[in-house]
Amino acid sequence: MSRNGTRRPGTGTTDVVVIGAGHSGLAMSAYLAAHSVDHVVLERGEIANAWRHERWDSLRLLTPNWQTRLPDYRYEGDDPDGFMSSADVAQFITRYAGFIGATVRTGTAVRSVSRHGEVFHVCTEQRGWRAQAVVMANGAHGVAQVPALAASLPASVRSMSAKEYRNPERLADGGVLVVGASATGLQLADEFAAYGREVTLAVGEHIRMPRRYRGRDIQWWLTQAGILDQRFDQVDDLVRARRVPSPQLIGAARTLDLNALTARGVRIVGRLVGLDGGIAKFSGALRNECAMADLKLARMLDNFDALTIAGSLQGEPERFAPTHVDEAPPLAIDLVRHRIGTVIWATGFRPDYSWLQMPVFDPKGRLRHHGGFVAPGLYALGLNFMRRRKSSFIHGAEDDVRDLGSHLVGWLRQAPSARVSARMEMRAGI
Amino acid sequence: MKMTTTVDNGVNVEALLGARQALTDMPEAAQFKWRATCSWVRGTHSRSSVEKFFGLGTEQSHKTEFKYDADHPAIFASEDMGATPVEYVLVGLASCLTAGIAAVAQNRKIQLRSVKATLEAGMDLQGILGIDSDVRNGFSGIRVVYDIDADATREEINALVAQSQRRSAVFDIVTNPTHVTVEVR
Repeated sequence: MSRNGTRRPGTGTTDVVVIGAGHSGLAMSAYLAAHSVDHVVLERGEIANAWRHERWDSLRLLTPNWQTRLPDYRYEGDDPDGFMSSADVAQFITRYAGFIGATVRTGTAVRSVSRHGEVFHVCTEQRGWRAQAVVMANGAHGVAQVPALAASLPASVRSMSAKEYRNPERLADGGVLVVGASATGLQLADEFAAYGREVTLAVGEHIRMPRRYRGRDIQWWLTQAGILDQRFDQVDDLVRARRVPSPQLIGAARTLDLNALTARGVRIVGRLVGLDGGIAKFSGALRNECAMADLKLARMLDNFDALTIAGSLQGEPERFAPTHVDEAPPLAIDLVRHRIGTVIWATGFRPDYSWLQMPVFDPKGRLRHHGGFVAPGLYALGLNFMRRRKSSFIHGAEDDVRDLGSHLVGWLRQAPSARVSARMEMRAGI
Repeated sequence: MKMTTTVDNGVNVEALLGARQALTDMPEAAQFKWRATCSWVRGTHSRSSVEKFFGLGTEQSHKTEFKYDADHPAIFASEDMGATPVEYVLVGLASCLTAGIAAVAQNRKIQLRSVKATLEAGMDLQGILGIDSDVRNGFSGIRVVYDIDADATREEINALVAQSQRRSAVFDIVTNPTHVTVEVR
């Protein structure tokens, strides 16, 4: 029984609570176990829950199998250039949990996290936990970011976020308007066109990339050029870098860009900027958005061509055709009259921290953090460009877990009174 | 031998970047109000002026009042006392994009020697004359062509022009819908 008698039955004590048993949380668990740190991993559902239950059916990773790895653990199948399905990823992560011998409390959804003095209180439906530190590894895609104007859709039009979407059978009759031209939006537009639907794709800022270049996967090039390892404290405009939409890629041996969709009969329009009486309005800036993406692609390929690559490359430098934009794409479409039955919001995701009861958010509700350090003893994992451009990738967990894990282990070894200096260090961004 | 030269397009980038940081920390100071007045003269001739605006939390003023005559040309049975209102829209767009090009060039350390924009906007008069209700009143499209002489590659110049569109207020105003409220007091 505890000295002060405040510990209720049903409240456990540990050094670290790790929230989420995806690849990041498990990798952190392995790190903590290797350093003999007492911890628990709380998982709202099953291991790799989002990969089992929150992805559309045809989704495949944007990274090839050779790149999909975790600390001391990698893909060992016979298709290194292939791309895992969601079920493959779930299996990969589940096997990793077995490999590291992780103990995961599944079916344990966190209700709240708060700090009382030096102690974190973590409440779940089952029991509470007191801990010295908390690692939030609950994923960067917890909530679909759907713009407010979605509320103005006519009732006859089905509205669905990319997080809710599973397969084309869920579409209402008629055409589909896909809003957003990142990897998600392009893949869904492609899927609907293949399913025989009339598809309109609303395109704002986007990142164009070929799947392969000079005989190598684009991820190989991004790795060679050091782009994926770029650190958060080395970029000019981190706020912007964290906001950059995911590149237009599909986990398949083909390039999926706007030209490929145009060739499939998809109608490309500007960014959705208004919904008024069932009329969707699109920006007239489409041409510049496409020109910008083409310019950035050319600059990226110039950089690749300038790299000194050991060994041989197939093929000479190549430049891709400019993105085709119609002379006058529609600026407004009457959804009902044009028989558009479904609007799909491929407008991004954000992490869900609704249970975090601490003043760690900016005025726009985004988590404030410095390379994953949120507050003394509170860490995040797996966020977009959190410490490196690869932070949100599966293989990005390794370096981030090592950085934050070593800080965390050092933090725990300090007496609470010594933590004032650690707080200063954290502010200095160490 | 390559000389080290200072790029000077007459843009104080440090001040702009400083303002960006200051307004990030103080979003209320970033709230500006732009104003104009317009008086009818006679016929289709009007005279507008701009002088005061609001920003950085206080009333501001141009160093002088600027005046603009607007009218329509003789083929509209007008006296042609000034540019047409739609031409002022082109002036606004061109000057906004051009200012942006100078600022972005300065930030990217590109020396500009000359920048010239030529604009053309199509309009079907059957719209404003009420002849065909399917034709809109405004432009059917705007084409801006830049001739730029600068110490930069073609790609760098294209990127300058693209970035200036991204950051342009008038480009946003003409490409995206804006709520307009007109009242009588």
